[in-house]
Amino acid sequence: MIEVKNLNVFYGREHALSNINFSIDTNTTCAVIGPSGCGKTTLLYAMAGLITPRSGEIRIHGQRLRGIRKDTGIILQDYGLMPWKTVWHNVALGLVIRKLPRDAIHGRVTAVLKELGIQQLKDKYPVQLSGGQKQRVAIARTLAVRPDLLLMDEPFSTLDALTKEHIQNLILTIHRHNPMTLVLVTHNIQEAVFLGRRIIVMGKASIKHILDNPTFGRENVRDKPEFYDMCLKVRKYMGRV
Amino acid sequence: MLINKILLRNKTLYGALMIIILWYTMHFAIGSAIIPTPHDTFLTFVRLLPQPLLLHLAASLGRILAAVALSLAIGVSMGLWLGINQRADKFFSPMLYILYPLPKIALLPIFMILFGLGNTSKILLIIAILIFQIIVTVRGGVRELTEELFLSARSLGMNRVQLYRHLILPAVLPKIITALRISIGTSIAVLFFSENYAATYGIGYFIMNRWSMVNYTEMFGGIVGLSILGFGLFKLIDFAEGELCIWIKIK
Repeated sequence: MIEVKNLNVFYGREHALSNINFSIDTNTTCAVIGPSGCGKTTLLYAMAGLITPRSGEIRIHGQRLRGIRKDTGIILQDYGLMPWKTVWHNVALGLVIRKLPRDAIHGRVTAVLKELGIQQLKDKYPVQLSGGQKQRVAIARTLAVRPDLLLMDEPFSTLDALTKEHIQNLILTIHRHNPMTLVLVTHNIQEAVFLGRRIIVMGKASIKHILDNPTFGRENVRDKPEFYDMCLKVRKYMGRV
Repeated sequence: MLINKILLRNKTLYGALMIIILWYTMHFAIGSAIIPTPHDTFLTFVRLLPQPLLLHLAASLGRILAAVALSLAIGVSMGLWLGINQRADKFFSPMLYILYPLPKIALLPIFMILFGLGNTSKILLIIAILIFQIIVTVRGGVRELTEELFLSARSLGMNRVQLYRHLILPAVLPKIITALRISIGTSIAVLFFSENYAATYGIGYFIMNRWSMVNYTEMFGGIVGLSILGFGLFKLIDFAEGELCIWIKIK
């Protein structure tokens, strides 16, 4: 269980997050949606331990979060791949940092590259990859460390529509096969409804509404009318001031 | 046709050939002993190479390599420090910007008085040229790193040492190589000049010595030696870049 209680974050004098409260059940997914500049990325960074809140607390599996956590994986907006490392070495990076033995690193990297279907890219450098490929590498790098909490910051915003759907499906499949809690920040309603079991709608620096999403995880949900009903519902909450 | 193909493929060979043609043209146009023919020069070069040219070249190369090594050690650490530490940067950078474009060769007399006429003053002079270039580019390289890359590194759980190993050093490495490429030519020129003072070994000394002995062919042999030294250093830098910065080349 992830619990966020009375969270307040300031950037200088600016109140970036004001009194945020919510919880996410272990091994489910949650989408945080809101307009640009509403503080949703700040919320994600706080959950990653990258920024320290002024007050309030974040508890992950009962433990109060203090700084960066070993079992949290984060995928940043621009993927954060090291330009000087090949795909293989980028994916291995988290494991190298955790000082895993060489054999274990080799095994895990091979497995995760295969899972994401990017084995053939292993000797390429990030500049040689398309947006979708970079995205897969970033996901692979995060999955390699086997996180129990995966945080994603607008992971699909720069991808074309087809690639986007493809990778969204991939995320869902990965989530089904690897038990972990997934938190996704987005400004795209369909994305939030497709990937969020729970959907948190944010306004300026605060939460407007929290919805549970019964359509989450259904087969071919994008072809079902209830998916679009859910999207309309989210849109309605986003529009309310 | 075949010759054409070979020349097009090998740029170095092509460049050398064109220079030799130009050289012959100059030789015949000027018609004075001050420009000997290329073939005379090369024969002299080959004859002089084992003794004494190699020793002179080795002395100069040793000075350059010592200066490069020291400049890298001090310049890179200083550049990293200024790039990361804002307060240190505020304190040092204004001085750096005044000293950076200053022609360091003007300091030679001072260096000779302070550090003697031997190797120390010559090496220090080259360091004075290289180090500013390295500091300024390394500092710039650190500054160019995006916030996202730092976040990415931190989110992976990197500690301080790992941050340097996986993020900062690889990012500034191509900048360091560029800094060396830019400044190595100047440092050879300055070395040539400084070797005219109180030196008995060094390619600069050899060239000026043969000039004063009015032995132009041997002087030109020395110039060829110096050119090969400079070219070799450039090629070495290219090689280092090719090996260490593959990701820059493949765009």
